[in-house]
Amino acid sequence: NLVSTSTFLLSCSASNMFETTVLRELSGLILTRGPKLCTFVEWRGFKVVYKRYTSLYFCMCVNQDDNELEILEVIHHFVEILDRYFGSVSWTCSSIFTRKDHHSKAYYILDEILIAGELQESSNKTVARLVAVQDSLVEAAKEEASSLSNIIAQATK
Amino acid sequence: MARDLAPDVERLLQFRDPNIRKKAALCSIRIVKKVPDLAENFINPAASLLKEKHHGVLLTGIQLCTDLCRVSAEALEYFRKKCTEGLVKVLKDVVNSPYAPEYDISGIADPFLHIRLLRLLRVLGQGDADASDCMNDILAQVATKTESNKNAGNAILYECVETIMSIEDNSGLRVLAINILGRFLSNRDNNIRYVALNMLMKAITVDTQAVQRHRPTILECVKDSDASIRKRALELVYLLVNESNVKPLTKELIEYLEVSDQEFKGDLTAKICSIVEKLSPEKIWYIDQMLKVLSEAGNYVKDEVWHALIVVITNASNLHGYTVRSLYRAVQTSGEQVTESDAVDVIEVAIKHHTTDLTTRAMRIKDIIVQDKGNLVLELQQRSIEFNSVIEKHQNIRSALVEKMPVLDEATYSGRRAGSLPAAVSTSQGAALNLSNGVAKAAAAPLVDLLDLSSDDTPAPSSSGNDFLQDLLGVDLSPASSQAGQAQKSGTDVLLDLLSIGSPSAQDSSFTPNALSKSSQDDKTSIGALERLFSPSAPSIQASSPAGGSPMVDLLDGFASGPPLPETNGPAYPSVVAFESSSLRVMFNFSKQPGNPQTTLIEATFMNKSSVIYTDFIFQAAVPKFLQLHLDPASSNSLPESGNGSITQKLRVTNSQHGKKALVMRIRINYKVNSKDTLEEGQIGNFPRDL
Repeated sequence: NLVSTSTFLLSCSASNMFETTVLRELSGLILTRGPKLCTFVEWRGFKVVYKRYTSLYFCMCVNQDDNELEILEVIHHFVEILDRYFGSVSWTCSSIFTRKDHHSKAYYILDEILIAGELQESSNKTVARLVAVQDSLVEAAKEEASSLSNIIAQATK
Repeated sequence: MARDLAPDVERLLQFRDPNIRKKAALCSIRIVKKVPDLAENFINPAASLLKEKHHGVLLTGIQLCTDLCRVSAEALEYFRKKCTEGLVKVLKDVVNSPYAPEYDISGIADPFLHIRLLRLLRVLGQGDADASDCMNDILAQVATKTESNKNAGNAILYECVETIMSIEDNSGLRVLAINILGRFLSNRDNNIRYVALNMLMKAITVDTQAVQRHRPTILECVKDSDASIRKRALELVYLLVNESNVKPLTKELIEYLEVSDQEFKGDLTAKICSIVEKLSPEKIWYIDQMLKVLSEAGNYVKDEVWHALIVVITNASNLHGYTVRSLYRAVQTSGEQVTESDAVDVIEVAIKHHTTDLTTRAMRIKDIIVQDKGNLVLELQQRSIEFNSVIEKHQNIRSALVEKMPVLDEATYSGRRAGSLPAAVSTSQGAALNLSNGVAKAAAAPLVDLLDLSSDDTPAPSSSGNDFLQDLLGVDLSPASSQAGQAQKSGTDVLLDLLSIGSPSAQDSSFTPNALSKSSQDDKTSIGALERLFSPSAPSIQASSPAGGSPMVDLLDGFASGPPLPETNGPAYPSVVAFESSSLRVMFNFSKQPGNPQTTLIEATFMNKSSVIYTDFIFQAAVPKFLQLHLDPASSNSLPESGNGSITQKLRVTNSQHGKKALVMRIRINYKVNSKDTLEEGQIGNFPRDL
């Protein structure tokens, strides 16, 4: 079963040492592989399955006895959902990962697909719907927050 | 905390909102993994999840059940009894379901669900015949109907194959599964091939025969450009090897060894070695293969493998000749790669068992750069001692040991100069017989060299039947070129020959046993040893060019079938031309002191045959153990050209075996011609018989 969630290679939120080491090791391992080679590598006793989308690599680290081909599908599933959500334009600029709000959205989406490394939802429609719901919640909250501050501002004038 | 939250999560498993349910399910997985005791609580709710319609919940529910089964045997039993049929039905439904855009991936409806279901079925069917029976149909259907042109389909097939291989035996399904794997193996996509190789490794334990059928494809994969695939394929081949196919397989592997790249070589070598070791049908084949491997990738072969090889060889005494010959050939072709000490080991062993095997004498082994001199040296020294003891016993054996000693240890050897150089007997005593590279170290050469004869020099050494330690000449016969050869050697290389001249006459076993004991302890200095065994038939002088500075040593065996002794039996001792080359002549005049028959006084006269004056002329000599030699200082150091003058030097030789053995001596002469160092060496065997 899945052990950990994916790492975005372009994510620069290296919050702790482990993450940076992992990133460095994996990037060294994966980026040097030629295009024709199989997209699994062995790393630290685990398997890392990666899939490349032009300039972006998605890697998932799994146990030895997991089905690698399935993982490839999972990655693709995720990527499709991202694609559907952000629209294809943002792909090419990879702006998903460079704009801060997009970045965290990507993680929200991930949360709807995988929990604790396990696949949660296989329907992209459902995921999209859930994320949309979440978004509207966020919007509503923001509005509320700003209206609150308006009220307070008014009140304290 | 898990315990605290567990009841809540349990409750949420039945919440109305499917999203909550599915998240609760996954959460439960975590809990159950952390606290396996709680598993029982989740069994029932999990079972009900299996009846869900919502794919998300179903997915997570299946996952929960799978993990519950892994964690708790009770859960496994429960699910097996109650849910297997239900699950089979669910899978059937999914497989047969119509197109649903929501779940569609590459034309397959919800492959994730397929895969999860297959996995759970696997867990349930494992070890249980009934459950396995239940699923046979659907498994067959999945295996045959799933389209494999897209990754999703392949993922499902892969899972299906795994399931088939894990559940209870149904040979029809198994064959199906392995065929799928075979198809995978020929797929162009590397991922698929990798996955197939992986799977085949597991399949081997179950059904070797079927896997064997795919052996050629697997072998191809060993040569693949992808490193991961190569590794997997190699491991697979290793598992596939058995008595019947070991020969062709090994052949292929060794061929590949030649072209494989560095990192892979180590792996490959190790595997080949262990295959060969375990499964070789005949010793001779084993030795063959090992030698090939060694010549290709000697550096990668571990020590234990070497030792094992040696053990085998020692035990197969009838193969010694063959082994030694092949080793020689291998060394010849591979130049620098074979490790000397091990070759020496083998030879030594071989010699021990070969008494009159003429073919052994046909062996020659070349010297190789010493990589770890110290290490090798000690070993080789030891070997040489053993060798000598062996040679003692086998009078007809001629062997030449060449030892290469770095001149580092000059100091140790300086004590053994000139005087009584224990020439023969043990190579270890070859400390004394250190042939320093005259070129570089002329004056400082601490050891006396014994020179090997070129065939145009003395014809009769064989007749003397004495064994010597002799130096190896450089490349050619003539001393002149030997200089050249040696000039090429690195300054610190020292060659030492052990030449044992066997002859049918009684003049052999000149080794005195006690000679052996001495030096073993003494010379813990670095000695690189080479051994050469001569072919008596051919005066085999091999002109081998030094490889990268490593001296190639050739032993010249000028002793064919014992040419007759030029014996001088008269009481008057005529002078002899002790040594003659194109540039130098050495004459010896003999006299004896009355009442002291054992001691001979020799006056050596050196004459310069060339038209250039020689300067820094130094004469050195070495004798076998039974002789004692003392050199007086020479009359001068420069030898005028064209015989316009000569140098004389007095020698005193005491023969402890006077009457039984004739004198024999090896000489070495250093001088400078136009400030260029020159070296000449030779052996003098034409001493009058009764000196």
